[in-house]
Amino acid sequence: MNGNHNLRNGILWGLGFVLMIAALYMVFAYVPTEKHGGIVQRIFYFHVPVAWVSFLAFFVTFIYSILYLWKRETKWDAVACASAEVGVIFTTLVLITGPIWAKPAWGIWWTWDARLTTSLVLWLIYVAYLLVRGLTGEPSRAARYGAVIGIVGFIDVPIVFLTVNLWRTQHPTTIIFEGGLTSPMLATLMVCIVAFTVLYIVLIIQSAGLKNLEAEIRRLRIMKAE
Amino acid sequence: MKAFSKIFVIFWKDMLTEVRTREIIISVLVFALLVLVIFSFAFGTGAEVTELAAPGILWVALTFGGVIGLNRTFAVEKENSRLEGLMLCPVDRAVIYWGKLAGSFTFMLAVAVVVTPIFLALFNLPVFLPRLALVIVLALIGFAAVGTLFSALAVNTRARDIMLPILFLPVVVPVIVSAVKATAPVLAGSPWGEMSTWLQIMAAFDIIYLVAATLVFEFVIEE
Repeated sequence: MNGNHNLRNGILWGLGFVLMIAALYMVFAYVPTEKHGGIVQRIFYFHVPVAWVSFLAFFVTFIYSILYLWKRETKWDAVACASAEVGVIFTTLVLITGPIWAKPAWGIWWTWDARLTTSLVLWLIYVAYLLVRGLTGEPSRAARYGAVIGIVGFIDVPIVFLTVNLWRTQHPTTIIFEGGLTSPMLATLMVCIVAFTVLYIVLIIQSAGLKNLEAEIRRLRIMKAE
Repeated sequence: MKAFSKIFVIFWKDMLTEVRTREIIISVLVFALLVLVIFSFAFGTGAEVTELAAPGILWVALTFGGVIGLNRTFAVEKENSRLEGLMLCPVDRAVIYWGKLAGSFTFMLAVAVVVTPIFLALFNLPVFLPRLALVIVLALIGFAAVGTLFSALAVNTRARDIMLPILFLPVVVPVIVSAVKATAPVLAGSPWGEMSTWLQIMAAFDIIYLVAATLVFEFVIEE
């Protein structure tokens, strides 16, 4: 790690911290309570950014998986794997915050709507991704398998969404935004989205850096053994 | 040799092995029938159940049977280093994929050809439904396309028997949903219009995954 990296990480950490505090202030103090949704509607400002980050994370895994299979450099795989890990955690948060909000808002924990079902299927695909990586002994093979699942799994997202949309259509957005988004709400949402995206980038840099160090240690161990 | 005849050689090898060992088709068939029977006990077989649950029961049986069969197609190659032999063949990796895919598809089709009429009889439905054949062929191509790729991958992991279903089932969700939705109008004797969307989704899924898996298969079995 050189000085440039440390400076960049310091800026990102600082920016993430400031944005998170700002997001908390806006969600709990600044933004007015939505007329129809009531106080529980504020979970929206966490739920939507977290959902956005999870889709972003799986897209990043998809791109870096292609890069890895093409270039065969461990650093691409480190990012792909780190992004999938963060994606699974964020999808888990989506699947937890969703029902917490759905119960008071719609009176039900779960509905087989296109968004919910796609999130659930995505979660299952990337949990399988992590399981395969964990259960494949050799690191280079685990990286290849991960890349293949990262590509094939991501292609499924639009197909699952389309299929489930035709299968069950209960569109939640119209229920949530009866009055549309007022400008303080939109501003709060934007700050939250940026804050969580910065958090995602910080987590990826840390996790991928750790994986690169692990790969380096493995390489040195092999060198020493020889 | 042209690519097609090379694919056929690998496919034919699997057929001969199956004829001589009878390892896959019979056991998968019995398993799929058991799934049908257990579901019939679980839900009953009245007319209202048939309308609601019958398409789902058929597809659970064919999907679970399919996973077990797909698991075997590469598991047998692990014995006696047969996979290494296959990889030493002077052919493109995509050829191996298509050969194994043709084999898996044929096994699943053979199972479906027996299981489906028995299912229709058990639920007192008309036994001759040619439109159902189209649904089954489209769905099984999708299963084979995804399953052959993942089965080659799963055999090299620890806990390999559970790995294939965990990988395979979420990815084929669109096929399962479409197959169930396309089967319902066939069983009810409704017109083509109600099933055309689902047939299109399955055809699109098949094409997308046949292309994608052909491209990435070489990365699964290299070394």
